[in-house]
Amino acid sequence: MHTRRNTILTIISAALLVGLLYWLHFNRTGNGMLISILQKSAILALVAVSMNLLNGFTGLFSLGQAGFMSIGAYVTAILLIPVSSLEGVYYMSGVHPSIRVFKVFLGSLPPWFQSLYPFFALILGASIAAIIAAIVGVAVLRLKSDYLAIATLGLSEIIRAIFSSPQLDGVTNGSYGLNKIPGFPKMFGGLVPSLVTPFVISAICIMLIVMLIRSSYGRAFLAIREDEIAAEAMGISLFKHKSVSFIISSFFSALAGGLLAMYMRSIEAKTFSIALTYDILLIVVIGGIGSVTGSVLASFLVTASKEWWLRFFDQPLDLFGWQVPLFKTGFRMVIFSILLMVVVLIYRRGLMGTNEFSWDRILGRFKRRKNAKGGA
Amino acid sequence: MSITTFLQHCLTGISLGGAYGLIAIGYTLVYGILRLINFAHGDIFMMAGYFMIFALASFPWPIAIVITLVITTVMGVVIERLAYKPLRSSPRMSIMISAIGVSYLLQNLATYLFTAIPRGYPEIPLLKRIFRIGELSASLVTLMTPVLTIILVALLILLVNKTKTGMAMRAASKDFETAKLMGININRVITVTFAIGSLLAGIGSILYFTDRMSVTPFSGTLPGLKCFVAAVFGGIGNIPGAVIGGFFIGIVETLLVALGYSTFSDAFTFLLLIVMLLVKPTGLFGEKTVEKV
Repeated sequence: MHTRRNTILTIISAALLVGLLYWLHFNRTGNGMLISILQKSAILALVAVSMNLLNGFTGLFSLGQAGFMSIGAYVTAILLIPVSSLEGVYYMSGVHPSIRVFKVFLGSLPPWFQSLYPFFALILGASIAAIIAAIVGVAVLRLKSDYLAIATLGLSEIIRAIFSSPQLDGVTNGSYGLNKIPGFPKMFGGLVPSLVTPFVISAICIMLIVMLIRSSYGRAFLAIREDEIAAEAMGISLFKHKSVSFIISSFFSALAGGLLAMYMRSIEAKTFSIALTYDILLIVVIGGIGSVTGSVLASFLVTASKEWWLRFFDQPLDLFGWQVPLFKTGFRMVIFSILLMVVVLIYRRGLMGTNEFSWDRILGRFKRRKNAKGGA
Repeated sequence: MSITTFLQHCLTGISLGGAYGLIAIGYTLVYGILRLINFAHGDIFMMAGYFMIFALASFPWPIAIVITLVITTVMGVVIERLAYKPLRSSPRMSIMISAIGVSYLLQNLATYLFTAIPRGYPEIPLLKRIFRIGELSASLVTLMTPVLTIILVALLILLVNKTKTGMAMRAASKDFETAKLMGININRVITVTFAIGSLLAGIGSILYFTDRMSVTPFSGTLPGLKCFVAAVFGGIGNIPGAVIGGFFIGIVETLLVALGYSTFSDAFTFLLLIVMLLVKPTGLFGEKTVEKV
């Protein structure tokens, strides 16, 4: 009865995770570092999974994630900055009057709407990104492999240029960026504290993506990834399925972008440069291209080691009076890039390859080890 | 805008375009043979900037230039050997990820070694001498860049069309497998290709940074991508096309900045790319292929 055992194990570990998050909620002091790393990992996990949907499952190599994230982040930020902070945020060129009118109107709405409003903002940002993806996809998705990559990368730079342009100063505050963005909201009337919100949203979204991958659409994506011509011959509409994959991936990237805006509390166009896409690509590659659980695991591992475990590489190290010469600012990122190259060149499958996490495999490994010991 | 300022901007644009053209050749050659967008090319160009800073600190400028070019060329070849050669038979996506990885590594390495603070690019007094033509004024490097670019391109075309190595390069870019079967040492051809590409990127780097004053670990990314667009615009695999693409992008970019749309000057390049890929994916002078779209 392996399935039953697996369900129980999954429920236990999920309960442990939820317990940890609630424990952190009641013991914020002293755990700030852990909380912020876990939150960032959860947000990046969502982007990584949505990038994996496109790159790993549909075989469309897209490098436009940062652009769509910026759409979500900017829309969420503009909608959420409170009226009282408008002056302080748009201190350079003033806010566009229609935004102020809109926000004043919002303030007059009933409280139940106020509590749901942040989620509307997130979904609106994601929907705008999805609409843009749908329009752009008509043109861009005709391109193949590396041309698609460079075109989507270009698209992301175009979006960034539009957000930072002086013509949009009253809306996006141009190159100064936006700040005073409210943090994560509570969910379900305070049942889920604000600290846990990003995890809940991210988990729901990743579950939706997994459901999509398991549906008939997901099979069609895999067929397109393996062989476009064969897939088309089997009656799969290439354009339709590529568009669906592109639109949904952009939707969730933008939603994660909105969460990132809430997490960072201040954004600027520079945040969403090519480097951000590369960071996410690194997570996807390390986790295994074509594995959802791989992306999630890698996102937590990479973020934790980048922001926490490998921090000591950046500090000067004193070993018994001998100054280790390599350790100084930036060494951590060098180690990271070398790690990435090792994964790319030698361990090409990454953490999980195209497999998903399963209890059978983990327990099987333990058993084998035991047996090996017993045999010896 | 008066005609004098217009001409002045055109002159700057042509100079910038010349440097872009030299870098674009590296993309076009590598793509022609390996079908790989060498994302690390822009970072090789950035590293060449740093090499020049350090070489000039301890040597007179003619020796410093030679040292910079040699190190840059060696670096390009080594990168190919370590990061692209092991993946030659893998899917194209893995090689591209490897190229992105190298680019990431070079940027982080530069940040680590030279810090992220912009470093002043040393001036070579001879190159900075100002010339006046009527009401226009330009430094020697501005005037020299387009001329040097055209001379180098002419030499390269001679090399590709008249020598045995050039013939091997053309064969490899036409049909990789058949070229191998005909007894062409494909690894040698690829090494030569990367060496030429990196050498030209090194020269482009000296010309580009002499006009720009400072280098940061990230100053290679955008010029690199723009030069790839230039290569696509001119028709990938086509050497004169890449240079003409470089000049075009250089001039339009300078004029956009002059008109006050500096935030859009980068976006324009990518818009050009997307439009070009959709309307005429083979580029201005490219040969007909069915692979891209």
